[in-house]
Amino acid sequence: MRDKATTSGLRRRDLVAGGAVLALTLVAPRTARARPSLEEAIRAFTGGAAVKTGRVQLAVPPLVENGNAVGLSVKVESPMSETDHVRRIALFNEKNPQADVAVFHIGPRAGRAEVATRIRLATSQTVAAIAEMSDGSFWSHRADVIVTLAACVEDLL
Amino acid sequence: MTGRAPRLLAGLLAACLAGSSAPAGDMLDKRSGADFMSPENRAMQADDMSNPGMFAVLDGEELWNRPEGANGRSCAGCHGEAATSMRGVATRYPAFDERSGRPIDLAGRIGECRRTRQEASPLPHESPELIALTAYVAHQSRGMPISPPQDERLAQFRENGRRLYERRIGQLDLSCASCHDARWGERLGGSVMPQGHPTAYPLYRLEWQAVGSLQRRLRNCMIGVRAEAFAFGAPELIELELYLMERAAGLTVETPGVRP
Amino acid sequence: MTRALINAPKTARRGEIIEIRAMLAHPMETGFRTGTMGKAIPRDIINRFVCTWNGEEIFSADLFPAIAANPYLAFTAVATDSGTIAFAWTGDDGETRTAETEITVT
Repeated sequence: MRDKATTSGLRRRDLVAGGAVLALTLVAPRTARARPSLEEAIRAFTGGAAVKTGRVQLAVPPLVENGNAVGLSVKVESPMSETDHVRRIALFNEKNPQADVAVFHIGPRAGRAEVATRIRLATSQTVAAIAEMSDGSFWSHRADVIVTLAACVEDLL
Repeated sequence: MTGRAPRLLAGLLAACLAGSSAPAGDMLDKRSGADFMSPENRAMQADDMSNPGMFAVLDGEELWNRPEGANGRSCAGCHGEAATSMRGVATRYPAFDERSGRPIDLAGRIGECRRTRQEASPLPHESPELIALTAYVAHQSRGMPISPPQDERLAQFRENGRRLYERRIGQLDLSCASCHDARWGERLGGSVMPQGHPTAYPLYRLEWQAVGSLQRRLRNCMIGVRAEAFAFGAPELIELELYLMERAAGLTVETPGVRP
Repeated sequence: MTRALINAPKTARRGEIIEIRAMLAHPMETGFRTGTMGKAIPRDIINRFVCTWNGEEIFSADLFPAIAANPYLAFTAVATDSGTIAFAWTGDDGETRTAETEITVT
């Protein structure tokens, strides 16, 4: 698009927009292109095993005021016994520069399969919680979070 | 990132078009910024175990008890238990400073104490140490109503603070009052505009991912309306705080607050 | 300076499931941000957290830059014996810091 435009035909606003596009192109490869998709990240975690929906409950607010600290909790239905328990709970995101968020290692000593933490979300997106059971099965729950735009940011470019 | 600036401009321009003649300092429905937050962020502030601002308070406690400077004295060496000696102090700041003949804020008072009593090197504005000490001292007033001193010598400075609050500044030609008196409760971009009461400083702002001072926040706002911000420690910022505290009188101190 | 806030009950009944909460003081610098003059700020996060009960690991976590600054972790444990609940966390700098709390199980 830009190579068609001639300098004389450009308005100031186009130049500014063009500058923004250029800046994005310079920054993007290190962040956006490098990350695997949400599905790829989950596949890497499960080793390609099937992931069933259910047994996992991911609780996260549907709308948050600031993506820098989004509180969430994950509960998994499990007796948490020696023979039947949750081994790992992993969190992945869809649109941050990196798909991984955290992997929690638990076992029968946990008593309940329940964890909570605070995460960062760069923008509105899907968050996925995947539980790996002691029988090797994987279960998941996804939630969409809207991150509202902050009006007053400290460093305006 | 690219969508943010135009939205901000649109929001601010909308705010700009509104009248701004609400009676400042005499709000009928005075509310802390915490009232406008999400339940999650309110819960983060309410629980000391999940409020990251508590790290500043605990660091401040350590500094309070640490001997400093040529005199080798700690804050506690003179003031003893902060829980007793500092209780209520933050509700009365900024206060009149005899030496300079001007109002002084809490961080300024700590700096003065450091300089004259401890004979220690000054702590820079916004340094983690100064923020921590200020947070620790202010925390001793948590739950107490803001009670500005009725000191006649402060009147002219407070009046100057009010003028600054009402003066339109920056490329967006907005005053503090344009948003925080005339349009509080409405949205600017995705954020609700609060009434702008400094009840919880120093506070943990999610945007900063750190604890910061009221002056940092005021400078943010000035940059937001594309004005040249006053430097940290500028008399204007202290005068603004003086007016804001009068305007917030009666609201309770929340330090350390949490804000988005 | 304070490095962690730990919240766990001081006493519990044997077999009771207790909640343990930890908040660690750390900026969790993502490695995706740029500072002044457009210079990249290097990643500096806590990447590993382990909780042990009398030496036995009961919970651990691998953390990534998407964990918020001042990491907050809440999890549960079955109260087995009186003793020490210990916490250890390791940063990108390779340093491991620790904290612990005592519990009496009756």
